[in-house]
Amino acid sequence: MIRPHSAISFGKALAVAILGLGLWTGPASANQDALPADDSPVLRAEARRVAVMDRVKDSVVAIFAANGSGGGSGVVISSDGYALTNFHVVKPCGNAMKCGMADGQLYDAVIVGLDPTGDVALIKLFGRDDFPHAQLGDSDLVRSGDWCFAMGNPFLLASDFRPTVTYGIVSGVHRYQYPAGTLLEYCDCIQTDASINPGNSGGPLFDADGRLIGINGRGSFEKRGRVNVGVAYAVSINQIKNFLGHLHGGRIVDHATLGAQVGTDEDGRVLVDSILEQSDAYRRGLRYDDEIVSFGGRPISTPNGFKNVLGIYPKGWRVPLSFRRDAERYDVLVRLRGLHGTEELLEKTAGRPQNLPMPIPKPAEEPKEDENPKDGEKPEPGEKPAPKAPLPSPDGRPPMRMMPAKVPMPQIVKDHFQQKRGFANYYFNKLHRDRVWQAWRARTDFSSGRGTWTFGGQLDGESFRFELTDADGLFELASGEVRWTAGDDFTRSLAPPHSGGLLPALYLWRRLAIEGPDKFGDVNYLGTVPLPGRKGLADALVGLYKGVECRFLFDPAEGHLLALEMFSAEDADPCEIYLTDYQEAGGRYLPRQMEVRVGDTVYGVFQCDEFTFEETP
Amino acid sequence: MTHPPGQLAISLLLAAALLAGAAGAADAPGGSPLAQTIARVQPKIVKIYGAGGFRGMEGYQSGMLISPDGHVLTVYSYVLDTDYIRATLADGRRFDAKLLGADPRLEVAVLKIDAADLPYFDLDGAVAIDSGTRVLALSNVFGVATGNEPASVQHGVVSITAPLSARRGVFETPYRGPVYVLDAMTNNPGAAGGALVTRQGQLAAMLGKELRNSLNNTWLNYAVPIEELRESVEAIRTGKFDPERSDQPEAKPERSLQLTMLGIVLVPDVLERTPPYVDQIRPGSPAAEAGIRPDDLVLLLGDRLIQSCQALDEELQYIDYEDPAKLTVLRGQDLLELTLQAKIEEEPQSP
Repeated sequence: MIRPHSAISFGKALAVAILGLGLWTGPASANQDALPADDSPVLRAEARRVAVMDRVKDSVVAIFAANGSGGGSGVVISSDGYALTNFHVVKPCGNAMKCGMADGQLYDAVIVGLDPTGDVALIKLFGRDDFPHAQLGDSDLVRSGDWCFAMGNPFLLASDFRPTVTYGIVSGVHRYQYPAGTLLEYCDCIQTDASINPGNSGGPLFDADGRLIGINGRGSFEKRGRVNVGVAYAVSINQIKNFLGHLHGGRIVDHATLGAQVGTDEDGRVLVDSILEQSDAYRRGLRYDDEIVSFGGRPISTPNGFKNVLGIYPKGWRVPLSFRRDAERYDVLVRLRGLHGTEELLEKTAGRPQNLPMPIPKPAEEPKEDENPKDGEKPEPGEKPAPKAPLPSPDGRPPMRMMPAKVPMPQIVKDHFQQKRGFANYYFNKLHRDRVWQAWRARTDFSSGRGTWTFGGQLDGESFRFELTDADGLFELASGEVRWTAGDDFTRSLAPPHSGGLLPALYLWRRLAIEGPDKFGDVNYLGTVPLPGRKGLADALVGLYKGVECRFLFDPAEGHLLALEMFSAEDADPCEIYLTDYQEAGGRYLPRQMEVRVGDTVYGVFQCDEFTFEETP
Repeated sequence: MTHPPGQLAISLLLAAALLAGAAGAADAPGGSPLAQTIARVQPKIVKIYGAGGFRGMEGYQSGMLISPDGHVLTVYSYVLDTDYIRATLADGRRFDAKLLGADPRLEVAVLKIDAADLPYFDLDGAVAIDSGTRVLALSNVFGVATGNEPASVQHGVVSITAPLSARRGVFETPYRGPVYVLDAMTNNPGAAGGALVTRQGQLAAMLGKELRNSLNNTWLNYAVPIEELRESVEAIRTGKFDPERSDQPEAKPERSLQLTMLGIVLVPDVLERTPPYVDQIRPGSPAAEAGIRPDDLVLLLGDRLIQSCQALDEELQYIDYEDPAKLTVLRGQDLLELTLQAKIEEEPQSP
């Protein structure tokens, strides 16, 4: 923003800019005669940086609790107003918050999804369909020494919502910071020396090109009071990408555990200290004293490195693990267990965080109950109760209100909020559940195929045939047949033997296709999950029926059903069905290949060439 | 106050090159120049673990390799006050480290690990820098890195080179020499002993211990220039300030000096390594005459590093009772060198 109107003012501006940025390599004297020409690389680089900051500032959000009890920062990541922030920022806000942006406007926002362990929250702003938003970067490419900058609202300084920028370098990557209890664990985070202060929490860390590489949320505060000490941490954006599908689904997302603890031996090798026999890792062969070689595609040389990998994945994801025993290396895919029990996570999410990673700054004056803005009213920028810069409280324990004062929820927020136990905002879960279902039905509509389903083809050179109805299933080979009847508890009859329950799984496929999520039973949107051997993530619906849990994984672009996983018990290998080679037949897209797996074994690869869907029973 | 135009032009060009690289405009393989500098320096940084680990006393600090065969430069602190010092190199290798020696006057220590062919900083190649110089600080601040995880890197500018003694009584350190005062938050728990390097990776200084200004409760971010430490480090490497006798002990004199001859009573020796604080001084004794007072902490006897009451007792045995004994003691923040001469008219009492 240097405009060289005249040589003198230009020179002054430059001197200030250069000194301010510490660019001066010689003694600090302002010799205007020796300043570089307009087109010097220094000026170009500076102009570029100024332009980058000017562009991305529009995506930055100043978040306030609707009752004025606290605040923080955030960043919008889509034109329809989805924004990322910290869990510890929105927690005192409740389900609705006010968001100020650089345009000086205050927008209403609603909670969408929560990741209490990772200290991340997704919110949605209302009022525009063209929100300026940040471009997501690739935090795995970030290196120590890279320039970066943070934007946000430290100490709630900005009365016009224009963000404060602080500039620094990346001090370290793949850092591990211990949780408070089991929440607010910063795994695989980015360490920066850019100033991060109370109020910066939830705000963006950008790389030099203005790509979003992390969400600032934590500093190493120890004996020097709760202000910047030159060591701050941002949740890496690549970790958030893994959780984003779940967050969009209105969930309270859980992190994962392998079911094994690790430690190091004298030589610094990372070894399994203990392992849970009920874990998938155990079923895949991991044992006590095995050496962890790599995890999630990363070589593992420290327990921190192991915990970093573990911390970036949601519960239930399958992650490659390599381990060594007696010089023999094993490469397996393990399904991660939840870090918390379902109830435990809800309890902890509702409770007071034991140790905030960053204090919540509070406006100095608390608005009284009767001064709260009325329903749907949008205060003008100037009307915001001007928060004085609050000094961090000396005891490092900011006053935090767990039950925000009652502020009426604006109508737009009411329209986008649905309370349901276990969810941050069930409205968004239903939204995505219906989106996935509609996309599937657009490809393959079975509303006119509610009768008996029959399909057949070749299995290892032998003919096979399946028959499915509302009441039973049949699997027929030239060498014999298996009949299965749909009882009250599917876990009691996982026919055929050694398939993990192929017939009940196919039954559930048919049931979802015919009945849809509303009538199937309890179906909700799980989020996005990886699929072995396939690039990108799949949309997942999860349905509960007759004692089993069935996950339906869909191609987010095509809408096809890619796979089913039917779990008969939490500590048993599911029956996995992979559907590929989709072709159109009679107005429906149908898979020509069906691979069935249980644990480490392939039950069968079915080549399907004949489908019949009876119209009515 | 004018620059030679050439020098300024070069400085600015350099800055521009660094900026351009950092902006990702022309990322050479191996990253920006800054990333390359960091990659060159990281292998020389050492994570040091020792005594501490309780409230306000972190059991870790930083250090740097200063020889290919495992000499590690670090600060002399309570962390080293143990027989079990561990050093972790940048590649994750862990070693037992031996305290080769320490100069408490400069709060500098040299450790030795049993390794060879290591990357290292040549102290003779260390540079002196001016205020305004852009620098990088590498350390294991807050102990955030473990194993082969790289040390933390912070950037800043030297604000001024100033003697710590200019604010005598403000900072609790015996060091009185010049320091580079930095505009970055470099001196945090665990950072002491880390390296301050130029943007080209040249070693300039060692990050000092945390220093709090007792007048206004702010913390100083500073580093001690290598040129202030070089002589002392060399002395340590050649055997001065050694806490232990070498393999062939010198012969003890027929009649050695004893604390009682000097009139010094130390605090009761109750710990494995009781710090040698003076408890009482006998009136009229040589210690009293030399000006030693209760609560003084004995740091050196001659050039020998004294880490415990027991060590002082033992070291005295190598001094003839007729020879003067030179004691270096810490009183508050001041280091005092005092010479004591035992009185011989009085028959020494048997201990």
